[in-house]
Amino acid sequence: MTHDEGTTRWGSASGWPLPPGQPLPTNLNVYVANLVPKEEYFAQGHRACQGCGLALAVRLALKAAGPDVIVATATGCLEIITTPLPYTAWGVPWIHVAFENTAATASGIEAALKVLRRKGRIPDRKVRVLAFAGDGGTADIGLQALSGALERGHDLTYICLDNEAYMNTGVQRSGSTPFGASTTTSPAGKKSIGQQTWKKPMPAIAAAHNIPYVATANPSYPYDFIQKVRRALDTEGPAYIHAYSACPTGWRSATDLSIHIGRLATETGVFPLYEVIEGRHVLNYDPPTLQPLQEYTRLQPRFRHLTDDDLARIEARVRREYDALKRRAELDAKEEKRLKREAVRARRAQRAQRTASDP
Amino acid sequence: MKADPRGVLTGIHFMDGDHAACEGALAAGCRFAAGYPITPSTEVVERFAARIPTVGGVFIQMEDELASSIAIQGGAWAGHKVMTVTSGPGLSLMMEHVGLAAITETPCVIVDVQRGGPSTGLPTLPAQADMMQVRWGSHGDYSIIALSPNSPQECFDLLIKAFNLAEEYRVPVFFMMDEVVGHMTERVVIPEASEIEVVERKWTRKKPGEYRPFECEDGSLVPSMVKAGDGYRIHITGLTHDERGYPAMNVAAQDKLVRRLKDKVDLLRDRIVDVREDGVDGADVVVVSYGITSRIAGAAVEAARARGVRVGHMRLVITWPFPSGRIAEVAKTARAFVVPELNMGQMVIEVERAVCGRASVRCVPHAGGTVHDPDVILDAIMEAAR
Repeated sequence: MTHDEGTTRWGSASGWPLPPGQPLPTNLNVYVANLVPKEEYFAQGHRACQGCGLALAVRLALKAAGPDVIVATATGCLEIITTPLPYTAWGVPWIHVAFENTAATASGIEAALKVLRRKGRIPDRKVRVLAFAGDGGTADIGLQALSGALERGHDLTYICLDNEAYMNTGVQRSGSTPFGASTTTSPAGKKSIGQQTWKKPMPAIAAAHNIPYVATANPSYPYDFIQKVRRALDTEGPAYIHAYSACPTGWRSATDLSIHIGRLATETGVFPLYEVIEGRHVLNYDPPTLQPLQEYTRLQPRFRHLTDDDLARIEARVRREYDALKRRAELDAKEEKRLKREAVRARRAQRAQRTASDP
Repeated sequence: MKADPRGVLTGIHFMDGDHAACEGALAAGCRFAAGYPITPSTEVVERFAARIPTVGGVFIQMEDELASSIAIQGGAWAGHKVMTVTSGPGLSLMMEHVGLAAITETPCVIVDVQRGGPSTGLPTLPAQADMMQVRWGSHGDYSIIALSPNSPQECFDLLIKAFNLAEEYRVPVFFMMDEVVGHMTERVVIPEASEIEVVERKWTRKKPGEYRPFECEDGSLVPSMVKAGDGYRIHITGLTHDERGYPAMNVAAQDKLVRRLKDKVDLLRDRIVDVREDGVDGADVVVVSYGITSRIAGAAVEAARARGVRVGHMRLVITWPFPSGRIAEVAKTARAFVVPELNMGQMVIEVERAVCGRASVRCVPHAGGTVHDPDVILDAIMEAAR
């Protein structure tokens, strides 16, 4: 389908994109790939490693965004692989400023667009602002700038490309590295299990800013991914997407398994797919049974040193967190229904009163 | 005092400057480091993270350089020898805490593996353009010490010296490596622990109640320290303080404190400076260099001598405090100074200041990204000799 500016890009007749909150369809008999725009705004030939999950995530995100977007990125793999002079992989305007200030940069772009539009200096049409940063640039050094941007309520979409360590400088741990993973600054050995802290819950931290849209997304589920980016971009105000990005170089996994590992991340409950829409949690994909954690870890030598006991402990925590998320989503759905019922009842009562008072 | 053998990896090694620096820190007794990944310095902390569990100590990877530079100061007041490791953009972020370390007189070592700047610049390529930043980067008046190694062996040897100086003078000490020195692999000889001299912190002998944290005893300019857990109740602040450590925001206290912060390095300059000289006496032209550039300049000096020029070479091993006295002395006899550096002219300003018009001073600038071509330095020497 070609990109058609100003109208519904995806054809509402197909029922896609799905309305917010609706779970992923299980019946995918329709050849959905046809509904994804063929235009590429993220050119091939960039310098990402084989099997890079980040490159796929960015490609999908830009397909979702279309040409009317300005992208800001942090220092990191994405900056390095896409912009070695005289080449660029970007088919849309792109800016890099420094490591810690992606969200501040994106805020500035959004504010400038607003002013330029108001003054009539640029055409009065929607240009979206999209920010990409890695897990280090989001959860560690960039957290302050991100928090500020979310609090100020800029109309932008921030996508954290989480490959769970500082891969650009050679695999050092970040606040987003999972417990037990071996990295160069959390090396596993006789005296250390590897990373000794649990992954920082970035989506929850973003949601705690009471922003209108937060989601986790995984390029191993491309249609869900594209849809979430579109929803985020269409949201008025700040939106945050936490994107899973497999990294064969840093995880020491096979380069042809990135998509598979990504699926397993979701199917084991390690990286559940969910949205937080106006504070309401929606679990997008709830596998009938969660796969054993070992299925996920055994493909990644960064977890090779973990014993069965270690894995059992980690799995217990993963399950606990997954169950809590699921319960939260159920409660939110119930609450939503209750509010709707109440609203209907209130309307009815109002109507009844009006009829009674009318002669 | 001799080094703790647990941290000393005695033997002959083939390692790069970053790894040698890590071994130097461990040999010096550094048992706490905090860092944040940044090219080209990351290998130092990577090795530290892998080595420290067996040596006995702590490495923390912090969330950014602001946090790293303040975490080490906590470690220092807990009684440890501490360091952080960074490069250009990270160093810029650390600057506020450099000032804090200066005013609280916290001994700490900041390793700066210099890369091309400004801003993100050239992450994987060398420069020596942070020389003025480390001297003047934080606001206010204070003094620091900086060392410039030119080989992996010196990354080991001089980092021990850096820790010793930090303890002796209670100032932030900068270890000014660069990308080439950091990533160059050479022979590194690590001696027995019994052959390594380390300086222990000057602990107070006074009892709690009598001890005043910023009081200098017996005419010294450096007060003695205590550590957390020793039972002393003290106050450490970034505000201007009196000898008790309490904020004293008045002209007299400011004058006394700031004067001492400057004097404790400036007055003892001659004891601290380390200049390696080669044929300086009686030379017509003197090359002044430091860090990796001193090795390139060495080749140019040899070539100039082969052409019959009387040329000497002064290599600044310690760049801050600057050896103004020695340069001024040499300027009485030398006709010209040639200062090659991997920046657009930073230390040359100090040379000019010391020479004070008695000889001509010629800078050989280089914006960074690689080292000088020796021929360029040679041309400058030949021109200066004319």
